[in-house]
Amino acid sequence: MTDFPRLITKRMVDHPTDSHGIERYLATGGYEQARRATGMTRDELVELIKDSGLLGRGGAAFSAGLKWSFLAPGRPSYLVVNADESEPGTFKDRQLLERDPHQLVEGVIISSIANEIHHAFIYIRGEYPKPARRVQRAIDEAYEQGFLGEGIFGTDYHLEVTIHLGAGAYICGEETALINSLEGLRGEPRLKPPYFPAAVGLYGKPTIVNNVETLCNLPHIVADPGVFKSIGHEIDTGTFLFSLSGHVRKPGNYELPHGLTWRQLIFEVAGGLHEGRSLKTWIPGGASAPWFVPDDHLDLPITKDDTGDAGSMLGSGAVVIMDDTTCVVQAAERIVRFFSHESCGQCTPCREGTTWLEMILRRIETGQGREVDIDMLLDISDNISVGLAWPPTMTTICPLGPSAVSPIISITKYFKDEIMAHIQGGGCPLAS
Amino acid sequence: MSRWPPETQERARQILTQYPHKRSAVMPLLYLAMAENGYLTDEGMEEVAGWVGITPAQVVSVASFYTMYKREPVGRYLISCCTSISCMLLGADAVLHAIEDEAGVPDGETDSSGLISVEHAECIGACGGAPALQVNYELVEGVTIEKVRELVQWLRGATPEVVNTDEMQSLFGGKTSFDWAVREESGAIGPYPAMPSLGTAASGKEQ
Repeated sequence: MTDFPRLITKRMVDHPTDSHGIERYLATGGYEQARRATGMTRDELVELIKDSGLLGRGGAAFSAGLKWSFLAPGRPSYLVVNADESEPGTFKDRQLLERDPHQLVEGVIISSIANEIHHAFIYIRGEYPKPARRVQRAIDEAYEQGFLGEGIFGTDYHLEVTIHLGAGAYICGEETALINSLEGLRGEPRLKPPYFPAAVGLYGKPTIVNNVETLCNLPHIVADPGVFKSIGHEIDTGTFLFSLSGHVRKPGNYELPHGLTWRQLIFEVAGGLHEGRSLKTWIPGGASAPWFVPDDHLDLPITKDDTGDAGSMLGSGAVVIMDDTTCVVQAAERIVRFFSHESCGQCTPCREGTTWLEMILRRIETGQGREVDIDMLLDISDNISVGLAWPPTMTTICPLGPSAVSPIISITKYFKDEIMAHIQGGGCPLAS
Repeated sequence: MSRWPPETQERARQILTQYPHKRSAVMPLLYLAMAENGYLTDEGMEEVAGWVGITPAQVVSVASFYTMYKREPVGRYLISCCTSISCMLLGADAVLHAIEDEAGVPDGETDSSGLISVEHAECIGACGGAPALQVNYELVEGVTIEKVRELVQWLRGATPEVVNTDEMQSLFGGKTSFDWAVREESGAIGPYPAMPSLGTAASGKEQ
């Protein structure tokens, strides 16, 4: 199950000790596609990416080419690279940043040319100093080679790239919060509309926000769109980087085509569970996603549509696997605690709601729960996300609040007996 | 008038050249202020306000939003133990308790000598190598309750000048999220992210 075509992790697998350096990058065809892009028009590049079917890899899975086409005519325009990876379970961008930073820089150049951008910012989360140092070195090397700065690749195009370090706020992964943070403000999401920073973004100018993995795919698409399109599923083209963690034998990042089943992913790719354990539940796409269970979902194909139709999402590709030793109340509490801690505080349903959800889950876990608590959890959730629908109906500016509702919906739907056992038994039935 | 030493002022000037609008420099300048004093003092935030051209209250509004800007003194070594979902599933709560016990410092506090601070952290992006922690934001993956006790003892005894992620990983770490492959030479010298350049080689020209 490991024989799949690799695009964005090929170099680091083939050349583990020097995949991050300029010598190896140039020796393996590096920067040839950025050079080629300097000879292409905006329309040609936008069409190429649109036609490739590339969907943004940051979680929303929106057509990358279509997003580019929304760019308003006003100039200057900016590119902001979202490297604020912080969703619990996700660690794919860290590997791309550390192990093949030039691939990202080349993607930045291609996206900049396609959108007539002359200043790009790479927003890297503050807890990633080592990845930031690697990208910094790659940028320095690219400047020395004349791939960044004035007159790149001998043309009259100029492009500056600046790294901006975050400081510990998950919400800055939301693109308008990220832009506020980059402007030197509190990282609070902006009211919509405008829905797309491509209309009004950084400093009020048209701005493209692209995820790290999305940009890393660009050199491969420019090199050979046919190869990219031939991988994966008809709608979900190209590869997808899955971050597998939790109770499996072989956690890690895996670059895979879309369309495998969850059974294949968990039991073959991830090596299955540990001796004597059985699969209880898993999160298919990061902490914000509703959970899946073996009886209903194990043989579903892993595609955007199949996952969405089943009431969840692939998100940023973080799969967290939980075996039968897991207390689902504790797991839900831990996820809700994350969103409670990371709530920016602008919207009352999120700020107050996530705090109450966390406290109620904690009292159930510690044996202080009451019979009415399940209804109370659902009532508070309904105030954050009306009707508890999927995709969520929001009473908030951004999806952070509704994200905290996903684990509540999941445990009340699939594990009501276990919650009741906590309440009636005065504590966690799984505690040793 | 800046109270920072000349070389710090020079770095502040370099940082300001990176942005079309001065206010964008507030975050990197806050890190500079932390590096200067070990944490964000009122004077440090006033200094940043002066460079960026906003009020000290506006600087505090930014600083108070982000967890990595410490407005109280922190130890020379800040241990951030991840307790989010993937680490929790693999025993992070017991790891945090072992750190608290060995350091004699409860979550969120600093020891009396100002050497070690302990905090629980939300996801640090090391889920494939869980449980994991950071010392001054330098990562150690695949830790155990025994190894983190040794780590605390080592910080106390060896008091390393520079905290290096590969050195700590080889001494106290285990499974990693992916093959790290290449040793890092640099590391952190205080409880803030080690990013020496805080900017790029860009010429800094505006568009």
